Amino acid sequence: MSEGLIPYITEPREDTGLTNGKIGIWLFLASEIMLFGAFFATYIVMRLGADHWPHGWEDQNVPMGTLNTGVLITSSVTMVMAWASLERDDLKKFQMFSAVTVALGFVFLVIKYFEYTHHFHEGMYPRTNTYLATYFTMTGLHGLHVIFGMAVNGFLGVTGAGYWKSGHHDDRQLLINRVENAGLFWHFVDIVWIFLFPVLYLL
Amino acid sequence: MEAHGEGMPAAHAPGAHEHAGLDEELGFLRTYLFSTDHKTIGIQYMVTGLGFLFFGFMLMMLMRWQLAYPGEAIPLIGGLLGDSRAPGGVMLPEFYNQLGAMHGTIMVFLGVVPIGVGGFGNFVLPLQIGAADMAFPKINMASYQFFVVGGIIMLVSFFLPGGAAQSGWTSYSPLADISPGQTAWGIGMVFIITSSLLGALNFITTTIQLRAKGMSFWRFPFFVWAQFVTAFLLLLAFPPLEAAAVMQIMDRVAGTSFFLPAGLVISGQQLDYTGGGNPLLWQHLFWFLAHPEVYVLVLPAMGIVAEVIANNTRKPLWGYEAMVYSILFLGFMSFIVWAHHMFITGMGATMATFFQTTTMIISIPSVVILSALFLSLWGGSIRFTTPMLFALAFLPMFGIGGLTGLPLGLAPADIHLHDTYYVIAHFHYVVAPGTIFAFFAGLYYWYPKATGRLMNETLGKLHFWLSVIFMNGVFLPMFWIGLAGVSRRLYDGGASYAHAQDVLWMNVLSSWSAWLLGLAQLIFIYNFFVSLRRGQVAGRNPWAATTVEWQAPSPPPHGNFDRTPVIYRGPYDYSAPGHAEDFVPQTQEA
Repeated sequence: MSEGLIPYITEPREDTGLTNGKIGIWLFLASEIMLFGAFFATYIVMRLGADHWPHGWEDQNVPMGTLNTGVLITSSVTMVMAWASLERDDLKKFQMFSAVTVALGFVFLVIKYFEYTHHFHEGMYPRTNTYLATYFTMTGLHGLHVIFGMAVNGFLGVTGAGYWKSGHHDDRQLLINRVENAGLFWHFVDIVWIFLFPVLYLL
Repeated sequence: MEAHGEGMPAAHAPGAHEHAGLDEELGFLRTYLFSTDHKTIGIQYMVTGLGFLFFGFMLMMLMRWQLAYPGEAIPLIGGLLGDSRAPGGVMLPEFYNQLGAMHGTIMVFLGVVPIGVGGFGNFVLPLQIGAADMAFPKINMASYQFFVVGGIIMLVSFFLPGGAAQSGWTSYSPLADISPGQTAWGIGMVFIITSSLLGALNFITTTIQLRAKGMSFWRFPFFVWAQFVTAFLLLLAFPPLEAAAVMQIMDRVAGTSFFLPAGLVISGQQLDYTGGGNPLLWQHLFWFLAHPEVYVLVLPAMGIVAEVIANNTRKPLWGYEAMVYSILFLGFMSFIVWAHHMFITGMGATMATFFQTTTMIISIPSVVILSALFLSLWGGSIRFTTPMLFALAFLPMFGIGGLTGLPLGLAPADIHLHDTYYVIAHFHYVVAPGTIFAFFAGLYYWYPKATGRLMNETLGKLHFWLSVIFMNGVFLPMFWIGLAGVSRRLYDGGASYAHAQDVLWMNVLSSWSAWLLGLAQLIFIYNFFVSLRRGQVAGRNPWAATTVEWQAPSPPPHGNFDRTPVIYRGPYDYSAPGHAEDFVPQTQEA
C-alpha cells in the first residue's frame, strides 16, 4: 500500500538527516505555538484592559498547581525513559514507563478536576470575569491536549508489543520513531503548562 | 497547437475505461471515498471545492437581485425560499445578511482555498517533485474529511433556528457574539482550520523529504515554491483564528466576555454579561489570519500562471530567481500587514504609519512577480491555448486588483473608501478574475493529466471570452459605485440614499453580468463532464512541457511514475539551442 511507496519513514533522508514524521511533528508544534501564542496574547490584552485583575494566588490554590507542575514534569521524565527503554531493546520497561506516563497524565487531570469543582463550588465560572474566562479557556484547552497525549501514549503502549515482536528491524524503528514523536508532543504539552502555571497562578 | 502530440511517448496513452490505474483490490469505498492517494484526494478537493464555489456564487446571484431590484419579488425561485427567508418572494434583511456572510465564508474557506491548495496542490505538487505520494497519506485523507465535515456544518447552518451566520465573513464582535447562527459558523471553522493544518504540514514535509533524486530546491517549478510558501502561511496564520473562534464560541455558549465591552444595550435592553472584553481583539486575531489568507488565495494562482506561461511562451520564465525570492519575502511580510484592514478603528497614527509602511513594502514583491510574468511574454512564440488565455487574463486582472489596493493601504484614502463598494471591487479583482481565472487556466492545463483526455478547445475559448466580459461587467462598475460613497453593507444597494442615485443603474448592470457569468459557467461544466469520455486522448505530455508531472502516464497510476524519475536540469528548459525539440524535460540527462 501507500506505506511501501513513501521513503524516509523509518530511516532519515540523507541530505536532510530527518524522517518525515520528525518534520511533521515539529511543524505541528510550530502551529500549536501559534495557537497558544494567540491565547497568551489574549491574556495580555484582557489583563491590560481590565479594571480589576486578581493576583493568581487570590483565586487559585497554588500548592495544588505546584503539585500538578511536579506531576507533569515527572511524566516528561518517564516519557523519555519509555523511549530510552526501547532504544535499549527493553520492551517490558517501555510498557511500564508508558503506563506510568499515562497514569501521571490522569493524576494531573484528577487534580485539575478538583480545582475546577472547587471553583464552581465557590461560584467562580468562566462568565464571572475575564480573568476566569481566560483561566478556564486556557487550562481547558491544555487539558484537551493532555487527554490527546494520553490517548496517543496509551495507544503506542498497548500496540507497541505487536510491532516489537514481529522482530523486523523496520517495524521496531517505526515504533521508536513514533514514541519519540509522541514524546515531543508530550514535552510540548508540559512546556505549555510551565508557562500557564506562573501566568495564571503566580502573577 | 502544433506542439500537440510532439515528442511524447504515445505508447502509454490510456484506454477510456482504464480508470487511473487505482488499486482495484481496494474496492469502491477505499478507492473513491476513503482514498489515501494524493491524486484522488486532489480530485475530491477539486470537485467539492468547485461545487462550493458555484454554490457560493449562487448565494451572490440571489443577493444581486435584491441589489438591482430592491424590494421586488425574486422571480422563479423566490417562492421556494420559505416565509422565514423571503415571504412572498421578497428577501428579508436577515436572509440578505446570511447570504452575504455565507457567500464570503464559502468562497474563501470552502471554495478558493480547497481548490488552490487542496485540489491543485495535492494533485500537482507530488508529481512535480517526482514523489510517489504525499508524505502522510492518511493525514491527507483526514484533512479532506475534516474539510467536508466543516463544509456540511456551514451548509446545515442555513436550516438551524435563526439561520446561518449573518455578521459577514469577518464575524466582527460584538455583533457576532449576539446574532444567531454564529456558533455553527465557529464550529465549522474549527473543522476547516484543522483540515488546513493537516494539509499544510503534509505539503511542507512532502516538499522537503520526497523530492526525487536531483530535484534540488532551485530546480523546483515556480508552482512548487508557491505551494511551499502557502503551506507555511496556512500552518502559522490559521491557529490564531482557531483561538479566536474558540473564544467567540465561549462568549456565546459559556457566557464569557472576551470580545464584549461593558455596557452593551440592544433595543433599550441592557445585556446580561460581565463585560471587560475587547472587540478589537477579535479584529486583530481575525486579520492576523485573514491577511496571510489573502496570499493563500493568490500564491497558488501565481504558481499556476507561471507554469502555464512558461509552457505556452516556449521560453524560460523571466527572472525565476527573483520570483522565488519575492514569493519568500511576500510570505514573510504577509504576517505584518494585517492591521491595514483596521485603519478606522482609531488605532492611532503610530500604528497606522507602521502598517502603511509594511503594506507599501509588500506590494513590491507582488509587482516583481507580476512584472516577471509580463516580461516572460516578451519574445516568446506564444500558443493561445485555453489555459494560456486564462493565464494571460490573470495578469491585467490581478494587476487591476493589486493597484487599486494601494489607496486602501494608505490610511487617508482608506478612511474615505473603507467599507464601500470600492473595497469589494478591489479584492474581487484579486480573487475572482484573478485567482479564479488562474484556476481555470490550471484546470484546462492539468485536466489531461488527471483524466487522460483534453478538454474541448472551442468550448474552452467560448467559456473564456464570456467569462472575461461578464466578470468585468460585474466588478468594474463597483469602483465607481464605491467612489460615489455607497456602503457595501446596504440591503437595498443604496436605493434609499440620495448620494447613490446616480450610480444605481450600475447595480443593474452588475447584476445582469453576474447572472450571465453564471450561465457562461454552464459551458465549462458541460465541457468538464463531456470531455471525460469524448475528449481527445492526451498521452503523457500533450502540452510538450518540461516539468516532471508530464513524464508520468495520464492519468498517473497509484505510485505515479512507471520509471523512477531522476532530475538533471531546471524547470523551464524551453527552446534551448542544440536540441531537436523546443523543450527538454527535467528528467533528460544533460
